Formats: sequence, C-alpha cells, structure tokens
Amino acid sequence: MSAVTPEIQRISGMRRFKDKGVQFLVYLAFAIAVVPLVSVLWLVVSNGLARFDMEFLTHSMRNIGARDAGGGAYHAIIGTLEQVALASLISVPIGLFTAIYLVEYGNNGRLKRYISFFVDIMTGVPSVVSGLFVLAFWILILGMPFSGWAGAMALSILMLPTVVRAAEEMLLLVPNDLREASYALGVPKWRTIAKVVLPTAFTGIVTGVMLAVARVAGETAPLLLTVFFTDSINNDPFNGPQMGLPLYVFDQAARPNDTAIDRAWAGALTLIVIIMLLNLAARLITYWRSPARKR
Amino acid sequence: MATSTQTREGGSAPQSRSAFRRSRGDGPFRYASTGAGVLLLVIMAAIAVFLIARAIPALQANTASFLTEKTWNANASEPKFGIGALAFGTVVSSFLALMIATPIAIGVALFISHYAPRRLASALGYVIDLLAAVPSVVYGLWGIIFLVPFMRGPSQFLNDYFGWIPIFGGDQVVGKSMLVGSLVLAIMILPIIAAISREVFLQAPKLQEEAALALGATRWEMIRMSVLPFGRPGVISAAMLGLGRAMGETIAVALIFPATFTISFEILSANGNSIAANIANGFGEANDIGRGALIASGLVLFIITLLVNMAARWVISRRKEYARVAA
Repeated sequence: MSAVTPEIQRISGMRRFKDKGVQFLVYLAFAIAVVPLVSVLWLVVSNGLARFDMEFLTHSMRNIGARDAGGGAYHAIIGTLEQVALASLISVPIGLFTAIYLVEYGNNGRLKRYISFFVDIMTGVPSVVSGLFVLAFWILILGMPFSGWAGAMALSILMLPTVVRAAEEMLLLVPNDLREASYALGVPKWRTIAKVVLPTAFTGIVTGVMLAVARVAGETAPLLLTVFFTDSINNDPFNGPQMGLPLYVFDQAARPNDTAIDRAWAGALTLIVIIMLLNLAARLITYWRSPARKR
Repeated sequence: MATSTQTREGGSAPQSRSAFRRSRGDGPFRYASTGAGVLLLVIMAAIAVFLIARAIPALQANTASFLTEKTWNANASEPKFGIGALAFGTVVSSFLALMIATPIAIGVALFISHYAPRRLASALGYVIDLLAAVPSVVYGLWGIIFLVPFMRGPSQFLNDYFGWIPIFGGDQVVGKSMLVGSLVLAIMILPIIAAISREVFLQAPKLQEEAALALGATRWEMIRMSVLPFGRPGVISAAMLGLGRAMGETIAVALIFPATFTISFEILSANGNSIAANIANGFGEANDIGRGALIASGLVLFIITLLVNMAARWVISRRKEYARVAA
C-alpha cells in the first residue's frame, strides 16, 4: 500500500513533513513500548542467574533465617504447578461446555447473549477480587483452611473467560459442512459435537488453555488471599497453606536484604521461564496444526 | 445449522427428528453445556453476594463514614476506616497510567496495522503481547529495584523546573511515588489497549483506504480520514478496558506505592495508594473486622471495574463491524 503514492502532482512540503513526522512518531511509539520489555527481561535474566542453581530448584525456605543466604523455591514451584493444574481441572470442563453452549446450543437466544456478555465482563474482574471472593466464601463463611485448592478456585475464575473465548473461537472455525455431513449420516447432535467438532478444534483449544494457564500462573494477588505463605514444602494442595512462585517472589522482594532480593530475581526468572515455555508451546502448536491452516 | 437442515427437509420431519436425537443422549449433553453457561452467570452473582455478605458486619462495626474517611484503622478495637484516600489513589493513578499508555498504544497499533512490513507485523505484534505475559509481581520487582532508583533523577528534574505545575509540586521528592506506580501500570495496560486498537484498525474498510490513497492522500492523511474515524469507538473502549485493568492491578503497585493515606495531586511526593494495593499490604495483619473491611473495599473495586468494563463492552457492541473483536 505504501508504494502507491502517485507522482502526478508534487506533495507540498507541509503535507510531506506531517506524513514523515507521524511516521517517526509511530516508529518511536513502538520503540518506547519495547524498551520496558527488554529492560525487564534483561534484568530478570542477568540478576536471576546469580541464584538460579540446583539448590534453588531443589530446596525450600525451611530453617533459612531472615538474613541467611541459600534456600530455594522448590516448595513454591510444587505449589504453583499443583495450583495451576487444579485450576485447569476446574475451569477447562466448565469453559469448554460453556463454549459448546455458545456455539452449538445457544441459537442466539437471550441466555446466550447474557452469557456471552458476562464472559467479556469476567475478563475484567480484577484478580484480587477473585481472591477476595474465595476468601469470603470458602475460608471465612465455610470455615475451610487456607490451601492450594482455595487458590486454584480463585485462579479458575480468572482462567474461565479466557478458556471460553479461546474454545468458542476454535469451535466457530470448524466448518459447518462437517457438522451437516455428520447429521446426514444420522449421528445425534451430541455425538457430532463429541466426535467431529471437538476433535477438529482440539489443537486450537489446547493452545487456548495453555495461554490461559500462562496468564494465571503469574497471578499473585489471589494466592496471597487464599493460599497464604509457608516456608516449608507442602505437597498436599487440600490441606494447609502452600506457596506459589509469584507469591515467593512477592515475599522475597519485600524483604530488605540482598540475599532475599537475589532469591526474588531467581524466582522471577523461574516464573518467566515457565510462562514463556507455555507460551512458546502454545504458539508452536498453533503454527503446526491450526484448523485454519488445514482448510 | 439446525435451521438449514430443517429447511431442506421441510414439513413435519424436524419435530420427530429432534426427538430422535434427544432419545440418543442429546439431553444430558445439552443440559451440561447449558448448565456450564449458567454456572458462569452464577459465579458472577456469587462474587457480589459473598463480598456483600462479609462486608456488612465490618461496615456495621465501622465508626467512621466508609465512603469519605481517609484513614484505615480497621484492626483497632474501635474500627475506623474508609476508602476516601484509597479510591482517590486508585482513580488518579489509573487515569495517569491511561494518559501515558493510550497515545503510545495507538502508535504501536498503527505501527503494526499500517506501517510495519507485512511479514514482520504479526511477529512484532507478538512482541507487544509478551509485555502482557510478564507477571505483575515481576513488574513490581523490576519497579522497586530498577525503576524507583532510575526515576529519582527525572522526578527531581520535574520538581525543580516544572514544580509550578501543581501535580509536579511538593517539597520532598520520593522514589516510591505515584508517578512511578503509574508508569508501571501504563506498561502493564499498554498491550491490551494496543491489541484491541490493532484489531480495530485492521478492520478499517480497505476500499476507503485505497480510495484515499488514489486521490493522492499521504499515508497519514489516509489514516486520519479513513482509519481513525472508523477506529475511534474501538480505541475508546480499549482505553476503558485498560482503565479497568489498571484499577484492579494489585501486586506491582503494592510493592511500589508508598502506601500512605493522603489525598493529594502531588504525584512526586509520598502520596499514592490504591484499593487493591491496600488489600495486598493489609491482609497479613488483618483481624476479622479488618478482613471484612478489606472485602468491603474489594467490593467497591469490583463494582467500579464492573461498570467500566460494561461501558467499554457496550461501546464495542454498538458497532456491528467490531463483531469479532474480543480481548
């Protein structure tokens, strides 16, 4: 499109100046946006590597004094993996069925429009509010203890809208011809969905779920209110306070000595590596096997 | 697709056919998917209900006006707390972040949609999306270790030479200021504003763009005449979604804000706190009433962000052209 400026009449100096000026500003805006990303990633990698060792990955903070060096984030890594897995276990079935309702059963009715609207609204629910909800409902009213499971519930509320939107998008990409061919063979609607529509959209849905997981893996606020803190390893997500990697970084970053700050950077590096791996895997899956490419 | 099969068959066939489908197990599947959708609505309602349920006892114990009181002494034997300063800080810091982020985000969106080489565009868009993938707590850590010391000089400069502008005034410039918190918020909301604006700009009618170019418009004139007018509602709602996100952002600002309870526009002095930051900072030592008070403040945050998000979605949904634009 850029090459189409015709040379019929010379463009006046002022117009050319404005055009080039805006172009410069637009390039500048992009450059400005990239600066913090580069700065964050650079500092996380360069500062995080100092403590990113085997001890960090295999030890907890148990019996590590306030000013001691050493210690690690093993308990936090275990906690994060368990909480995120549980959150996916809750939100993926609900999200998937909601998407199926929106695409296959909704028929543009009023309920469908309400649900679709509130999925959008739910993306905007602040993470701290979802944590407060689980705190109020599960811990204060039902009297349950702080646990990884409570954190997983809070995370699943944040995951849900992302999963629904991703799955809905993928289900909409499945060509209608496939459904009609299946109906023509006398296959009931639910079997058509389960055996034809879902397998076709499967890789796309997996990608969406991974991106949703990557999004919640870094959430701190809901964990702070529902999982609480611990310095010890707690493998049981249903019983007693756990730790999570984001929470670990928050905890260490708030301690005013250098060894803690080093651990915070190493924790941030671990967290970013996990999230980037999830993102990368999701992108690669889309790149290789998206239904849009196959068509 | 149900309608298309029906028209092909015509007559009375659809009735018996749907009964046939249902008899083969469609019922449970339909109920499960409808139930999941309804559950989602129930969760949204439950959030409001349970927050209110836990907020009421604390609000009854409160000895000050919840909406106007500035201080937060919820754990005292005579609880006295209010969201005056917190709500002020939330709104001011979010708007400041929005004012910093929106122009840059529009530039980024235009860059990706109309300036960058086609082949690079999607990769560059992905780079911006990565900004959103960095967790909040990492921005917080980066903020206190790097940005706070880094901004000391520029803050002092603004105070020295532009101190006559009220927001840059104040006697003592601090590192952990509202300005630095807002900068971090701006970085965090930039990707969502840029992503939605980009989608909207890409949907601007190609024919109009080409017509403008054919009439001899420069690229900027083409963008100003055809892309920006088309995209304006989309950009506005993107900015509002960003605003909602900035208000709810917790951990980064909990680490950076000075957590004072003052109402002042002097963004370089030791002012700055937000509802979300106060929840994160105050939860550890909160007693029963204190937790209720934090939940009450969270309820206010929930309602504000809900309204902002609804308004944003309403702006988007009014335009049919934006049908497939989602966050």
